[in-house]
Amino acid sequence: RISSDGNPAKFQPPPKPVIIDKQKQREEKRFLSPEFIPPRGRTDPLKFFIERKDMIQRRKVFNIPEFYVGHVLAVTTADPYANEKVSRFVGICIQRGGKGLGATFVLRNVIEDQGIEICYELYNPRIQAIEVLKLEKRLDDNLMYLRDALPEYSTFDVNMKPVSHLDHEEVPVNKLQVRMKPKPWSKRWERPKYNIKGIKFELPEKKMKEAQKWSQPWLEFDMLREYDTSKIEDKIWKEVSEGLKK
Amino acid sequence: SVMTRFCAGFALAPRVLLSRSVFHSFLSFASITGACRAIQKLTRVRVVDNSTLGNTPYHRPPKCIHVYNKTGVGKVGDKILLAIKGEKKKALIVGHKMPGPTMTPRFDSNNVVLIEDNGNPIGTRIKTPIPYILRQREGEFSKVLAIARNFV
Repeated sequence: RISSDGNPAKFQPPPKPVIIDKQKQREEKRFLSPEFIPPRGRTDPLKFFIERKDMIQRRKVFNIPEFYVGHVLAVTTADPYANEKVSRFVGICIQRGGKGLGATFVLRNVIEDQGIEICYELYNPRIQAIEVLKLEKRLDDNLMYLRDALPEYSTFDVNMKPVSHLDHEEVPVNKLQVRMKPKPWSKRWERPKYNIKGIKFELPEKKMKEAQKWSQPWLEFDMLREYDTSKIEDKIWKEVSEGLKK
Repeated sequence: SVMTRFCAGFALAPRVLLSRSVFHSFLSFASITGACRAIQKLTRVRVVDNSTLGNTPYHRPPKCIHVYNKTGVGKVGDKILLAIKGEKKKALIVGHKMPGPTMTPRFDSNNVVLIEDNGNPIGTRIKTPIPYILRQREGEFSKVLAIARNFV
């Protein structure tokens, strides 16, 4: 190459390519299952430590995937009374409760016009496989209102294929607003105590205003209810990741 | 206020029955009691087999009038006495709204299968899923399990 002067130009090496390793980025994003975080109380932390050891032991043997409320899961359990001693249930996770070894999650599905919910224990040895079929977070932490929603929102095909999801991507949030059956509902979901964002309320304005009468705006500022789990989470995350690596 | 709610319920009745012609719409009508205990006297139940007695519409839903149990509360696998269409019939509970032990299914309606005194089912097919727990008592319920199509 000849520059504008006429002399041969100095060799410019090409710019180094910048490699963004998305797998490593993902490892930095860490997920701690909510049942590891101990509840606030006066119990001896030794109890939670021993429980966590057992939970890590079980996780080494059996893979419990990362899942949130709103994911569609397929669970195979060992059942002495089933046909092939194995029963499979597909459903959307509507609630994750319990702490420690008694952690549970509820799956809901509508089969043949009948709504069915099964509460599974995460660390129950009868569970043989948990597959995540669809990764999708919803606007709420608790989807119990699906019981009063139209059945189409809780129907999931039993033979649905797992939807592929790349590891490094964020879990997508489905901003679906669900339509409800006519009232009466099992709980008054329009009340602010449930703080539900995922329902399309087709109630008259008067009813929505009346529901706001039960709002407790001082609750979020109540200092005695604060439970800051960030430091506890960091400690437990280190403990759990070391335990799993061994 | 209960009367007005009932009247409102009946006003809605033809629309509800036309749009969703499922008989159990009777159950969640003007007012529902939340699930207290599973199935006891005067609970309205839903018959899930394909018998004529269970599926012909009547102006009153089938109600439990007796539970054949030491406690008056019926769970999955208990026999009860139903009052349907002005007659008494025995039935077997195959699912209730009350949550049971973990790993067992909880249904959105109280399901029941009509049965004779000797245990023979009256219908010939059960489309709704039945819990696997019933297989434990295969001897008593073998004929009911034989006509069941889906299990949960």
